[in-house]
Amino acid sequence: MIDILTNILQTTVLYATPLILAAMGGLFSERSGVVNIGLEGLMTIGAFTAAVTTINTGSPWIGVLAAILAGIVLALPHAIASITFKADQVVSGVAINFLALGLSVYLVKYLYNSGQTPTVQKKIEALSIPGLSEIPVLGPSLFKATAFTYIAIAIVIISYIILYKTTFGMRLRAVGEHPHAAETAGVSVIQLRYIAVLISGALAAIGGACLSISIGSEFNQGTVAGQGFIALAALIFGKWKPFGTLGAATFFGFAVALSLMGQLIGLVKYVPSEVLSMAPYILTILALAGFVGRAVSPAALGKPYEKGSR
Amino acid sequence: MKKRAWLSLLLSSVLVLAVGCSGQKGAEGGGDKAAGFKLGLVTDTGGLNDQSFNQISWEGAKRAQKELGVDIQPLESKRDDDYIPNLTKFAREKRDIIWATGFKFEKVIPEVAEQFPNVHFGIVDSNLGGKIPKNVVAVTFKEHEGSFLAGVAAALTTKTNKIGFIGGISSPLIKKFESGFRAGVKAANPKAQVTVAYAESFNDVTKGRSLAKNMYNSGIDVIYHAAGGVGKGLFDEVKTRDKGKYWAIGVDMDQSGLAPDHTLTSMVKRVDTAIFNITKDLKEKKLETGKEVQLGFKENALDLAKSQHLKPDVMKKIEEYKQKIINGEIKVPKTEAELASFK
Repeated sequence: MIDILTNILQTTVLYATPLILAAMGGLFSERSGVVNIGLEGLMTIGAFTAAVTTINTGSPWIGVLAAILAGIVLALPHAIASITFKADQVVSGVAINFLALGLSVYLVKYLYNSGQTPTVQKKIEALSIPGLSEIPVLGPSLFKATAFTYIAIAIVIISYIILYKTTFGMRLRAVGEHPHAAETAGVSVIQLRYIAVLISGALAAIGGACLSISIGSEFNQGTVAGQGFIALAALIFGKWKPFGTLGAATFFGFAVALSLMGQLIGLVKYVPSEVLSMAPYILTILALAGFVGRAVSPAALGKPYEKGSR
Repeated sequence: MKKRAWLSLLLSSVLVLAVGCSGQKGAEGGGDKAAGFKLGLVTDTGGLNDQSFNQISWEGAKRAQKELGVDIQPLESKRDDDYIPNLTKFAREKRDIIWATGFKFEKVIPEVAEQFPNVHFGIVDSNLGGKIPKNVVAVTFKEHEGSFLAGVAAALTTKTNKIGFIGGISSPLIKKFESGFRAGVKAANPKAQVTVAYAESFNDVTKGRSLAKNMYNSGIDVIYHAAGGVGKGLFDEVKTRDKGKYWAIGVDMDQSGLAPDHTLTSMVKRVDTAIFNITKDLKEKKLETGKEVQLGFKENALDLAKSQHLKPDVMKKIEEYKQKIINGEIKVPKTEAELASFK
């Protein structure tokens, strides 16, 4: 029983880590009023850049830094299109997804003449914290996790502090709720939204890096495989709040862990494995529909800001 | 300089493709000499250097060139939408056999084959659901037999008598791997238990890694996978564990490069041998198309990859079982139902 609990927790944490990182990225962008469907693409470019840089420099941490840069660079066109040129934010985000996948697959082909990068040798592996990792059940999952897990949790806490305890955060939220009022109060809506979208690129890219140089060890076109969209769902499920989003991503990881565990303890004899694999998605829909209550998005979400209009 | 050379190569290949697509003739050199036997090979999006199916297939083609003097020509598909144009291009050139590497071509092969009834097509790893056009040869492998030997290797290596199997998407094909593997374990070590899990995905590495983690945590010490990209997660996980204690068994090709100290062996499909043999038979007019050709140990199309981690006595046992399969003494089960009645 203890073993099963330990396993479930470990899988939960492993699965949730990239989701938390990407969802936190989405949080900044969306709280400032810019929809970010492009999380998937930003993760993809992060995963790609991290893998290639790590292979070439031998240092996974330089890989992470490069991924952050790449995420920011790719988020820039989304910011320019949706903030400066007031394009439809969903369309621009979708374009980012296509661009990232196309570009990274093309570059992998160009660099390695193959469908995937070579194996990343120097990875960011599990980091065990002496003492704490010995605690039964919690220890192996929380204190023997990859460095990305600690980063993710730290980012959630820092995001909470930034959003709710600093002037910057207050302004950012104001811009997402009522940009005209914020502008009247002397806040630059455009500038804040730019910053928010670029932060979102950086964080989502770290999430992608986690997939290619920690959990996995290469990049190919299937590396991210929809996790950016799940992160987006977690953000909505978490009601655009840092801890809510953390909870939602963890819940999703937990649901996956349960479905995997279900197979290993022989539940497949009674339930087909296809159904077990669907369970996380069904649980998420149920939770979203029934228990969470109405998810209220930031009031100005998706609306380009035009000075003087109302 | 090197980069520039690559770029020009890329550009020119794009140009050739564009010309080919627009249907103009004469862009391709050397195609009109007739006389010789001509082979075309269309890859899926993995490309010729994918260290997997496409690459091994191309090895087979190259061998045919060397030993049989066959004229060979590859075409890499950049997108799934390229399959039909690429196959069509070769068909227009009237190549004698056009190979499609892998089951991804399942849908397009019958379509193109119908348009060019005088050209022969070959597909690897699919029997087209049993409906094979007259001018197509469908090559499949007796994966259950190869998996049986993987099962024997696992059963004789485990110290805990607990063994794992990770499948991709549950389907008759992957069940073939599972059934053969479990039968092998049962035959060589009836005390060992096999835990089976399906990721219901072929590319979710996180899932593969989680499944492997959970299995190893629960005392399993050897895991075999038939899960494509999901299986990479198995190697990522096993690498972080004690050497000589935890093992992974690869599939399709020798995967020991992914975790050299932890890969017990791999169940290898010799796609190159298959392509070479069938091309040869076709050239010598010894093969009737319109059928499924199933290859196994007898044809030298399956094997366990050589590995220093397999002990000599284990190797001996494996060899014994292999002979028994070849001479029909053991009939390896392909399905769950057949497995239930196995010995």
